[in-house]
Amino acid sequence: MDRVLQSKINRRLTKDSAMKWLFGAVVAAVLGITFFLFYGIGADGVGRLNLSFFTNFGSRFPEKAGIKAALVGTLALMAVVIPVSMFLGLCSAIYLEEYAKKNKWTAFIEMNISNLAGVPSVVFGLLGLTVFVRALLLGNSILAAGLTMSLLILPIIIVASQEALRSVPDTLREASYGMGATKWQTIIHVILPSATGSILTGSILSFSRAIGETAPLIVLGIPVIVQFLPTGPLSTFTALPMQIYDWAKRPQPEFADAASAGIIVLMVLLITMNGFAIYFRNRSEKKLKS
Amino acid sequence: MKNMKTLATLGLACSIFLAACGGTEGNTSAKTSEGLSGSVAGDGSSTVAPIMEAIVEEYAQAEKDVKVSVGVSGTGGGFEKFIAGSTDFSNASRPIKDEEKAKLDEAGVDYTELKLANDGLTIVVNKENTWVDSLTVEDLAKMWAEDGTAKKWSDINPSWPAEEIVFYSPGTDSGTYDYFNEVVLGDADLVKSATLSEDDNVLVTGIKGDKNAIGFFGYAYYESNKDSLNAVLIDGVEPNAKTIESGEYTPFSRPLFVYVSNAALKEKKEVRNFMEYVIDNAGEMAKAVGYVQLPDADYEEARKTLDSVK
Repeated sequence: MDRVLQSKINRRLTKDSAMKWLFGAVVAAVLGITFFLFYGIGADGVGRLNLSFFTNFGSRFPEKAGIKAALVGTLALMAVVIPVSMFLGLCSAIYLEEYAKKNKWTAFIEMNISNLAGVPSVVFGLLGLTVFVRALLLGNSILAAGLTMSLLILPIIIVASQEALRSVPDTLREASYGMGATKWQTIIHVILPSATGSILTGSILSFSRAIGETAPLIVLGIPVIVQFLPTGPLSTFTALPMQIYDWAKRPQPEFADAASAGIIVLMVLLITMNGFAIYFRNRSEKKLKS
Repeated sequence: MKNMKTLATLGLACSIFLAACGGTEGNTSAKTSEGLSGSVAGDGSSTVAPIMEAIVEEYAQAEKDVKVSVGVSGTGGGFEKFIAGSTDFSNASRPIKDEEKAKLDEAGVDYTELKLANDGLTIVVNKENTWVDSLTVEDLAKMWAEDGTAKKWSDINPSWPAEEIVFYSPGTDSGTYDYFNEVVLGDADLVKSATLSEDDNVLVTGIKGDKNAIGFFGYAYYESNKDSLNAVLIDGVEPNAKTIESGEYTPFSRPLFVYVSNAALKEKKEVRNFMEYVIDNAGEMAKAVGYVQLPDADYEEARKTLDSVK
């Protein structure tokens, strides 16, 4: 009897340590692949990263080609995407979470929003092309692309913000009402301050997605050969992913190096934004505790 | 409360940035020869794009206030935007199709066709492929048609290896694909087993890696990869600058086009000015980026055609 028990225990222990090794191996493999990719891109691109890479426009000479137009274009694009998607997303989330009655309709709307989050970005590109570029005559401008990108990430922002609002304990709301505060006062003074950290984290992560998206830009017809900086929201522009994609397609291997350098710039931008996300989260967590 | 402010500041900072963008640009409006300003928009073939990029790069120095933007959606994608009226000109690596003409007619867009340069659509095989030297268009048709008779190298020539041919072709949106289909296959379908890619570098990598591969793309891609690929002679003619310019490399010496809207030429001074610049510099720039220039007479002809649109 003892022996049977002992062997069963042994088997469980073997399984236990086997799983530990399996998970460890998976993590190592993923890290290995990522490192391999980064190393390849870094080795090719780092030589191109000098000041002129940032101050030059595109060029037929690979060694002179720079990302000035694309970098400024991407930043300008984000200048539209961030306020628009934050405003729309936050308002929708507040309405759905704080005002709307919990009935079938609300559930139906929420289900559709979650669904939209999974719609391929090309579809949003086509929507933007039909509505913003053609019907509203915005052309392939920063505004048209920014609104399209805002719609693309809106579902994620709404869902993330709803989660954040939901995680605010009801005791806080009740305490606020108990003090005689109105609903609006409660939202602005009690709920939002304690949810800001998670709202920002979710939003910034989705902004990163908007920065890296290429498919909607291609559908909208965003040009690549651009020798000027945008002058306003209705100006034509180009963006980092478009420029990188174009360089990567060129026959000359020197352009591939420029593409790698562009990827490094994009990565740094993304890491910076994600860093902000972590910073905001930590700060708001600290604040809530004190 | 402070957190709320962060939120608001983030939004505000972005708006200010946009405004600032506008500000910096205003300062660069230096004097230009004719005081031209405005914007010129184009789209189309990625094969033509390198020539356009070179021309736009030079033009931006000459006319600082004219903003030229060119997309690379492919020949078909470019025409789609040209038909929708969102571009002033459209680059193409094949002549316009009848259905595109019909749609332009319907949309009321009059256009002028201008030749920019020549490109030699190059048929390439792996470096280790020592058996193929020259092929005829008929051979190619036998290989590339879905219901063709040659699926192994030995089907073309019994002394060649009895191994399956592996196909690589540019994607369906590209003019290169259309051109090859029309010249080689006519109405027949391209082999379904072919690897299609909009990115010609994918084709280059694929053909480099497979002894039995065959593929085709623009001459510039072959020239950049000469050391690792073999070009197939067509009826004994090697693709090079000379045979492409003279048209001896037939039928794969193909012209590259730009189609420009007549309305834009008439109404927008900057469009006319830019197109004149394009024609005057296309030959030199084509050569600089690995294409083949047209005979001088062709550019003079194009300039006359352009001037006749009034």
